[in-house]
Amino acid sequence: MTGPATSRERGQPARIQRAPATAPLARSKVGATVIDAGVGNIGNLVRALRHLGAVVEITCDPATIRASRCLVLPGVGAFRPPRERLRGAPEKAIRGALGDGATLLGICIGYQLLFDSSEEFGTTDGLGLLGGRVTELPGGVPLPHIGWNRVFGVAEHPLLEGSTEDDHYYFVHSFAPEGVPEDSVLGRCRHGRSFPAITGHGRVLGTQFHPEKSGAAGLRLLRNYLAWAGDLAAGVDGGNIATAAGD
Amino acid sequence: MRATIEPTGLTRRIIPCLDVASGRVVKGVQFKNLTDHGDPTEAAGRYAAEGADEIVFLDITAAPERRDTDLDWVRRTAEQVFIPLSVGGGVRSVDDGRKLLLAGADKLGINTAAVAEPELLTRLAERFGSQCVVLSVDAKRRDDGTAGNRPSWEVVTHGGRSPTGLDALEWIEEGIERGAGEILLTSIDSDGTKEGYDLELLRRASALSPAPVIASGGAGTLEHLGDALDTGAAAVLAASIFHQSTYSVGTVKEYLDRRYPIRTQTGVTA
Repeated sequence: MTGPATSRERGQPARIQRAPATAPLARSKVGATVIDAGVGNIGNLVRALRHLGAVVEITCDPATIRASRCLVLPGVGAFRPPRERLRGAPEKAIRGALGDGATLLGICIGYQLLFDSSEEFGTTDGLGLLGGRVTELPGGVPLPHIGWNRVFGVAEHPLLEGSTEDDHYYFVHSFAPEGVPEDSVLGRCRHGRSFPAITGHGRVLGTQFHPEKSGAAGLRLLRNYLAWAGDLAAGVDGGNIATAAGD
Repeated sequence: MRATIEPTGLTRRIIPCLDVASGRVVKGVQFKNLTDHGDPTEAAGRYAAEGADEIVFLDITAAPERRDTDLDWVRRTAEQVFIPLSVGGGVRSVDDGRKLLLAGADKLGINTAAVAEPELLTRLAERFGSQCVVLSVDAKRRDDGTAGNRPSWEVVTHGGRSPTGLDALEWIEEGIERGAGEILLTSIDSDGTKEGYDLELLRRASALSPAPVIASGGAGTLEHLGDALDTGAAAVLAASIFHQSTYSVGTVKEYLDRRYPIRTQTGVTA
């Protein structure tokens, strides 16, 4: 056992040890499957995961998704094109993998896809893996919301080991989830309204911001995700994750 | 929870700018007398570690020499630096933009090509989204207002060598209408002088622009950076003060943090 799981075992408060957040994982290689829903530039996410030591596969092939134990669903742009791309076999493969214990991290539009529905250009159903619906941020502040914003109310969760209330992350979006059950909100952000910036339920997690563009804080989050997914895939008990995430 | 509810926690950005020529960081006064300031990837990595919110690369040799931006240093930087990277210079088509984004750029700076062909801004925004499209405007004072006229600025291109006849403020408005998501506004008169930004230009541009305005050209002291943010600019860009180690990004942020929401890196750096 190495890495973040050690402090969890000792029941200490979530805080990463002195290992630099940006350093590669001190463990055997973790495989990560990046689901390519065909829209937007996912190169920088793949670069960040590889920088952290992950062996990355980029695919939309249902069989590959189904066999993965560590899924990442990125996305930029609009909600509907990637939603339609996932409909049918890829979506079924994601559900199947989750049923077998895989983890899933949605990022930006990939995060929004996890919820019940989105109101961007009319109502579209989402994957329904997280409760809540995606609505436009209110006016009175510049939209799109582009730049670094603070995430507060950070919950204790393996994904957020080492994070503080002063951490800022890089956002690019105009829509955000609302009506999310409080026990699955892991961190909030304020832009026009307060919205869940990080949400997690069981093994399904997501961030509205781009961790791959959020400097050391973002890399630490991705590193935590890979370590957590690796622990779970290796059959290591994930500590109190299930209860913490309300499972 | 904070005592006062703010509508947003969005921070003002501090952006080191790296002028790149032939894959090396360079700097000169008013785009002349260029001196070598090292490897772009190394410099970007150092600034990111100090807390830079974004890095702007300008390939200042690209437009006049009509050659493609060398993409190797962009690729190397994107593999090591995980904050937003903006790359300008030599983007003349959607295909040029696509290549830069695939190499790892997050944003495209468009200057000369947009003046020659304003529709390019729209095509880039439709293809990649406005958040990718930064209109870079080099502005030169053509009337300082001393004769009782309103001061005005002209858009210049090719590193300040070519006048265009365009009014800078009108061009900013048009650029945003056509799809630019941000404005990088450089005063050619102030650039490299370390005598302060052109505050009047920034004030006028920030007042009319719904898109974020990045202040550029003339930073020499901490006060200059604060003065630029006072105009309403969303971000301040500087080169010489960082390259010559007059100030670190951390020092700048510590100073500005008293007056503006700034991203600090508590608990991240050792």
